[in-house]
Amino acid sequence: MKEEFLTDQLKTQEYFLNMGPQHPATHGVLRLLLKLDGEILRNVDMDLGFIHRSIEKMCERDTYKQIVHLTDRLDYLSSHINNEAVALLVEKALNIEVNDRIKIIRTIMDELTRISSHVLWWGVMGMDIGALTTFMYGFRERELINDIFEETCGARLTMNYNLIGGLRYDIHENFVKRVKDFVAHFKKKLPEYDKLLTGNIIFRKRLEGIGYISKEDAIAYGLNGPTARGSGVSCDIRKIHPYSAYDMVDFEEAIYTEGDSYARYKVRIKEMWQSLSIIEQLIDKIPEGEYKVKTKAVIKLPAGSFVQRVESARGDFGVFAYSDGQKFPYRFKFRSPGFANLTALNKMSKGLKIADLVAILSTIDVVVPDIDR
Amino acid sequence: MTNTDIKNKIETLQSDLTFSQEDGDMLCIEVSKDTLKDFLTKLKNDADLSFDYLFALTGMDFGEDLGVIYHLESTKHRNLIQITAKISDRENPEIDSIHEVFPAAYYNEMEAHEFFGIKFKGHPDLKHLFLPEDWDKGFPMRKDYTDVNMLVR
Repeated sequence: MKEEFLTDQLKTQEYFLNMGPQHPATHGVLRLLLKLDGEILRNVDMDLGFIHRSIEKMCERDTYKQIVHLTDRLDYLSSHINNEAVALLVEKALNIEVNDRIKIIRTIMDELTRISSHVLWWGVMGMDIGALTTFMYGFRERELINDIFEETCGARLTMNYNLIGGLRYDIHENFVKRVKDFVAHFKKKLPEYDKLLTGNIIFRKRLEGIGYISKEDAIAYGLNGPTARGSGVSCDIRKIHPYSAYDMVDFEEAIYTEGDSYARYKVRIKEMWQSLSIIEQLIDKIPEGEYKVKTKAVIKLPAGSFVQRVESARGDFGVFAYSDGQKFPYRFKFRSPGFANLTALNKMSKGLKIADLVAILSTIDVVVPDIDR
Repeated sequence: MTNTDIKNKIETLQSDLTFSQEDGDMLCIEVSKDTLKDFLTKLKNDADLSFDYLFALTGMDFGEDLGVIYHLESTKHRNLIQITAKISDRENPEIDSIHEVFPAAYYNEMEAHEFFGIKFKGHPDLKHLFLPEDWDKGFPMRKDYTDVNMLVR
């Protein structure tokens, strides 16, 4: 009798739910349109552009030297790495050779940036799942890195430290000591992170087997960075197209093959260990020398197409310049790692619940200014 | 694989191609927009080349022509190539969508559609992604676009 009533009288119906743009779990102004059946996700569509600043169009009226500084505002957590991509692009196109001192300082700063970004991700990851303490732990270590940045280049977030042909300033006299202190400190703190989250059974239940994407799909959807490496795709630009000082160091690409949220989480934890190892290998090897190569006042790229790729904290960040020989680029395109990773969100979260979507979004590690550009 | 190897191999797949920048670190190929989808499918499925990773899809305004630039990489050999397809009709620019071959192209094509007005034939949902839903002021990334608030050189 009761069952009959349910099937006859109560009808189930799919409906839409709006998530964002002002939602704390979307890491910025990202709007998701969820098609739901009860609590089950049937489709996830996205609406972007809430902070679209048309940086690509702005680049068409800027000189190459000015463009370097615009890239800070893309993925603000990897600002140093983004600057480096444009600097390397122009240096490659004009055959400007930089010395080992510049290369090594750039690489150390890259890795500090990566740790600082991953530490913030780790804190926010816990918070998204419901563990508020991790946020405080993450920021505690991040402050130390930001202090090093501030002492060296005057800024803590959008650093503008890379220039075409070198660096804006030489490193501060305390730099080597402070980086060494940080590495020693962080080596003690990283196992604490594992105790808090990695081995936590409640945390693991929220991630294991959730948001699965296969290796084939990961390649087809253009996934990159730690998100793709969680599915067993070898895609670390530092390994496959080495730039700066990455060919001087020995490190292991962090790859897990499970393809779920927990694998993506483990990739980033392992990357922090690898970053520490890279910094340790380089910090005593900074040679004497100039910190800047003299470049022409007006930089003109030869006509043609140029691509430079770097491994930012989010993945395969690419810069594509189409030049017609002028001092302004004809077209300048930023290949955003977060945008590519976000395209697979629907694939990963179909059939799961809203709470799982929040966890998946966290392990993709989106930064919205990088997606909107 | 060197650029010459790739070039020799690709020439056996299709004939109407123009090559450039062979001595650079990235081979550039220009292809007619009518054979583009076939060509990209061949590049992806060919066992020797296996260009399976769509690195970037860029809308272009070449002045007289519009166009799309595709950057493909092989996850096996790690060579990057650039494929350009030009569209001469500015009023009604049409090109085949490749989202069935490369799912990664889906949202990138939406972006190229709203900023350059390029229509991707076969794309199921060419709505606005970055711009507001009711945007009707033209295509902002085209070279002939003007706007009262635009910053000038």
